Amino acid sequence: MNVSFDDLHKAFENRVRLGIMSALAVNDSLDFTSLKEFLNVTDGNLATHIKKLEQEGFVAVEKSFIDNKPNTSYSMTPEGKKAFNEHLNVLEQIIKSQQ
Amino acid sequence: MKEQQDYIQDIAQIRSMMERSSKFLSLSGWAGILAGSYALAGAWIANSFLGFQPDQIFYSYPDLTNILLTAGGVLVLSLISALLDSRRKAQKSDESAWNSTSKRMLASMAVPLFTGGLLTLLLLQYGLTGLMAPLTLIFYGLALYNAGFYTIREVRLMGFTQMILGLLNLGFIESGLLFWAIGFGGIHIVYGIYMHFRFER
Repeated sequence: MNVSFDDLHKAFENRVRLGIMSALAVNDSLDFTSLKEFLNVTDGNLATHIKKLEQEGFVAVEKSFIDNKPNTSYSMTPEGKKAFNEHLNVLEQIIKSQQ
Repeated sequence: MKEQQDYIQDIAQIRSMMERSSKFLSLSGWAGILAGSYALAGAWIANSFLGFQPDQIFYSYPDLTNILLTAGGVLVLSLISALLDSRRKAQKSDESAWNSTSKRMLASMAVPLFTGGLLTLLLLQYGLTGLMAPLTLIFYGLALYNAGFYTIREVRLMGFTQMILGLLNLGFIESGLLFWAIGFGGIHIVYGIYMHFRFER
């Protein structure tokens, strides 16, 4: 089998971005604080990576107010889901082909 | 270029992230063993010291306050143990026990627990004391079954067992306290020991 490493999406090269996508894949939506706790990263770090995924169109952002406090929740877009699944398939094939 | 090792680590990261963000895993076997022990002690106090032996659905008992205090004591002690235990376990893995998964798990348990608790108290007013054990078992089983969607799957099995015990109990009202002790005591302890050997050694 011929698998090209170029098939791996650049957006998922980073572990934090991969983590964000993994968490959003199994949750309808997560807020900033929850994501931060799961990933164990700083505010700035997380914000940068989410911005990047948002620009790619993989993550949707919804801002709202809960008890007058701003709350931002994130979810996976259909394009994000598709890209993430493709990424998983390529990972699987790379590992299979190298065994 | 990444090496194969890196890809395997990528996959491990995805897997652990999916699990951590969707399942509450910060409860150890000790919480189950302790909760079970409190329940056994409570059942023993009710039976031996308070002479509480409901043998039919309508069972009048003069000192219901003491029974409710004993049951409440078992509940509060179990909750405190579970709270301290999950905090300890979460701290060990550098996580917070109060996160979106634990909130979702507790919310899923709250509905059947409050409904069941309220129903039991309301029925007590009519003297339906014999229904206390089966109803608390059934509603607690429902709560555990729900919780099982947000934590390890074994909790769902434990919920099923509690529900079956509660339903069976309806056929043997005279052994209510025994069923209650098996469910809230025995099953919690068996579950705790199982958890301890499966995940914590």
